[in-house]
Amino acid sequence: MFGKLDWSAIPFDQPIPLIAAAAIGVILAAVLGWITVKGHWPYLWNEWITSVDHKRIGVMYVMLGVVMLLRGFSDVILMRTHQAAAIGASQGYLPPEHYNQIFSAHGTIMIFFGSMPFIIGLMNFVVPLQLGVRDVAFPTLNSVSFWLTASGALLTNVSLVIGEFARTGWLPYAPLSETNYSPGVGVDYYLWALQIAGVGTLMSGVNLVTTILKMRAPGMGYLRMPMFCWTALGSNMLIVAAFPILTATLAMLTLDRYLGFHFFTNEAGGNPMMFMNLIWAWGHPEVYILVLPAFGIFSEVFSTFSSKPLFGYRSMVLATLFIVVVSFTVWLHHFFTMGAGGDVNAFFGISTSVIAVGTGVKVFNWLFTMYGGRVRFDTPMLWALAFVLYFVVGGMTGVLLAVPPADFLLHNSMFLVAHFHNVIVGGVVFGAMAGYEYWFPKAFGFRLDEWWGKLAFWLTVVGTVVVFGAFYIVGLEGMTRRLQHIDNIAWYDWIMVALAGTLLIAGGVVAQVMQLVMSIRHRDRLRDETGDPWDGRSLEWITPSPPPVFNFPVLPDVHGEEAYWEIKRRAIEQQQLSEVPDYQPIEMPRNSPTGVITAFFCTSVGFALIWHIWWLAALGLVGAYVTFVVFAWRDEVEFEIPAEEVERVDRARRESRQVILERGAPA
Amino acid sequence: MHVAMRSRFSRSGMRVCLAAGMVLVLSACSRSIMDPAGPVAAGERTILLDALAIMLAIVLPTMAATVAFAWWFRAGNTRATYRPDFVHSGRIELIVWSIPLLTIMFLGGVIWVGSHRLDPGRPLESRVRPLEVQVVSLDWKWLFIYPQQGVASVNRLIIPAGVPVHFELTSASVLNTFFVHQLGSQIYTMNGMRSQLNLQADRPGQYYGQSAHFSGDGFSDMNFWTVAVPVGQFNNWAAGARGNGPVLSAANYQQFARQSQGVKPFTFRAVQPGLFDAVVRQQLPPAPGPEEGRGGHTTTSPGDAH
Repeated sequence: MFGKLDWSAIPFDQPIPLIAAAAIGVILAAVLGWITVKGHWPYLWNEWITSVDHKRIGVMYVMLGVVMLLRGFSDVILMRTHQAAAIGASQGYLPPEHYNQIFSAHGTIMIFFGSMPFIIGLMNFVVPLQLGVRDVAFPTLNSVSFWLTASGALLTNVSLVIGEFARTGWLPYAPLSETNYSPGVGVDYYLWALQIAGVGTLMSGVNLVTTILKMRAPGMGYLRMPMFCWTALGSNMLIVAAFPILTATLAMLTLDRYLGFHFFTNEAGGNPMMFMNLIWAWGHPEVYILVLPAFGIFSEVFSTFSSKPLFGYRSMVLATLFIVVVSFTVWLHHFFTMGAGGDVNAFFGISTSVIAVGTGVKVFNWLFTMYGGRVRFDTPMLWALAFVLYFVVGGMTGVLLAVPPADFLLHNSMFLVAHFHNVIVGGVVFGAMAGYEYWFPKAFGFRLDEWWGKLAFWLTVVGTVVVFGAFYIVGLEGMTRRLQHIDNIAWYDWIMVALAGTLLIAGGVVAQVMQLVMSIRHRDRLRDETGDPWDGRSLEWITPSPPPVFNFPVLPDVHGEEAYWEIKRRAIEQQQLSEVPDYQPIEMPRNSPTGVITAFFCTSVGFALIWHIWWLAALGLVGAYVTFVVFAWRDEVEFEIPAEEVERVDRARRESRQVILERGAPA
Repeated sequence: MHVAMRSRFSRSGMRVCLAAGMVLVLSACSRSIMDPAGPVAAGERTILLDALAIMLAIVLPTMAATVAFAWWFRAGNTRATYRPDFVHSGRIELIVWSIPLLTIMFLGGVIWVGSHRLDPGRPLESRVRPLEVQVVSLDWKWLFIYPQQGVASVNRLIIPAGVPVHFELTSASVLNTFFVHQLGSQIYTMNGMRSQLNLQADRPGQYYGQSAHFSGDGFSDMNFWTVAVPVGQFNNWAAGARGNGPVLSAANYQQFARQSQGVKPFTFRAVQPGLFDAVVRQQLPPAPGPEEGRGGHTTTSPGDAH
């Protein structure tokens, strides 16, 4: 009836996951109870869960990302405290079978369910606004993408209490991940969670590429798009090109595990190294999928807070596309130590270093954006500055690791761990934080508290320097990653330093949460009346904060590289707003529960396949298919917003815009 | 058994540290990769430092410029000129592309030469005939076979100082990595495949060796000491090893290959000829994984000290 699932799947003998799960359960029950008591369900269902509005979906993506980043960080606390207590004769408090799940889950969650949703959410929210359009190309598909990503996150977290998660690292290298060496359900959780979320990501990529290529405001040619749209285009093209590789690779491992195939097994002609090649053929582009949009965010931030257009715009576009192409030619640097020989290693070493040319160009252009500007040190700008200082170091150690003879000493060491955290935290997380601080007023209509924001910034930045500085050093002392027990007492001091740094970051996380709480409490004081709190330059700042469901009453006409800046400058010079347009009724897509229902069935399918509950899997597949059929045969696709309503919204916006006129010439 | 072994290891580790009287840069008993004990590690350290110096030459000025530009052009600085139209400059673009490009071209040369000169499969230049060692990584212990001496050692690698060592490596089960960081290059061990590695210890001493690729539950303690001794002492050790200990045959290899942890170092007095090749060719089948346990969990085999 329930396949492999029985009571033994629940780790009653392990207090940590049980307590964690109980805490999550209590919090979840409290939240759901509060929603029920307050009668918020209809609002949540109509305005959020079934919403196909790109802004709402973007916000939900970011919220998912934030929650999962917190989950991933709780894994950090476990790992750091455990390692500090497991040196020499001490054994720590986590047995290997548990510790190995934690570092595997940490990597998986941080990449797939923390960073990815955060970045995709920002793209979802911002790209249509910057392009001057009303939604993405396929709004309902967008909702399906989000809910499938949430399904994957849910399955990953279910593994905490029902069964186990993978104990193979965040990339389940064969043959360790094959049934012979990992007979439990951990790898299966990994496979199905990622397959389901991966389909969501792929569809999201298709959606955003189509949106950017096909749906821009009148007059917005490719070379007038804001830099963030360019990097989003690059990132999503990489998603479309790279995620099918991930899907195929995981499918092959699934066939090995479920049907006794031999793609990656030791025996019967399987080739485990093929898994490494394939997973990194996806995995290295994935790095750029994450970091390119972050580069775009920093471009927007540097330009806005320097009160200057981005320096060398065309050069930046070129550098972005250069990175997109070259990112597919470097994957072998993840396993120089395979022993492929001098020619192969040298080729991939050089191609890897070549990517640094593209990023180097970007760094210099950001510097010259500040040159001759008027730099304001608001929180987003602080994150951007810290990013540059951080990222050049991370980039440098990255090129160091791309030198094969150096990699022979540093591969798999804590130095490597320090390097990729240096670039992913310094690039992607700092970028996500800059984007969050920068676009929050647009999404919710009030600014975030600067004091708490700056406190969070300093604690996080100093904490990460301490932690990863210690990792660099201990890596040079020869320490390997993923140690559940540290045999060599020479590394003790640096592990303790890293623990201290973790506490600082924890302080930063608390301050970040406090910032949100305090900002909500003081939202009236922090209210953004104008829709343009930072003296922005691209089209998202022309709409009110938060923007109406249709984004723009009439689609803006674009006449230059900085669409909104030109409109704003003209209005200020003439001391009057543009003429009142002729308002037309606007057709917007209807809300649809398709996404959440599909995801419900897909979660069931995933869970059923993990536990070999075949009837439930069949039922889920039929359910998902029926959902699709019902959606395909729908009668009403859109609803109409009358012209009077559009006019009413725009009148309010125009009134608030007077403030900007009175504010005088652009800062 | 496990704990006892570890304390003995750390005691001997201390002794080596004290005896060698090394410059202790970072902590009480630091033997980092910056402290090479052989030609390969020394060559790799040199390349590492060279590459670092080349890049620091542009990274440090860039960092300084970031801080300087941000500070000088702060909104409150009335002495700075506001130039909102300074958005493009052909000359700066040229420099901006040239600096990283030239650096990477230079570094590319270093990579090309280094990758070939320090390729792990390349024999070391020496007048002495290399010692052959065949390495098998097992779950979770190391087997070192000395075909020329006809003996094998478990979890302790004894090599003569000043003599190049040619390693052939494979894995009994999952992917693993052989790494003695003071001697240099790490290399993967893969079932059904044969890797090549050449190392040399220039001076006698004990060097920390480890499994550098996660391989399952027993991974963390899958470490071994590499002991480099004078040639005469090595020959004595080999002769002594031939005198006692069990024999490594195909049959008891398969027993030995089962998962276990915390195996104390010991030697085999004889090794069935061709055993290593049989592992590589999979005539001896890949070693089994854990026995399946309850629901989601799996148990490891006996010997699990945790």
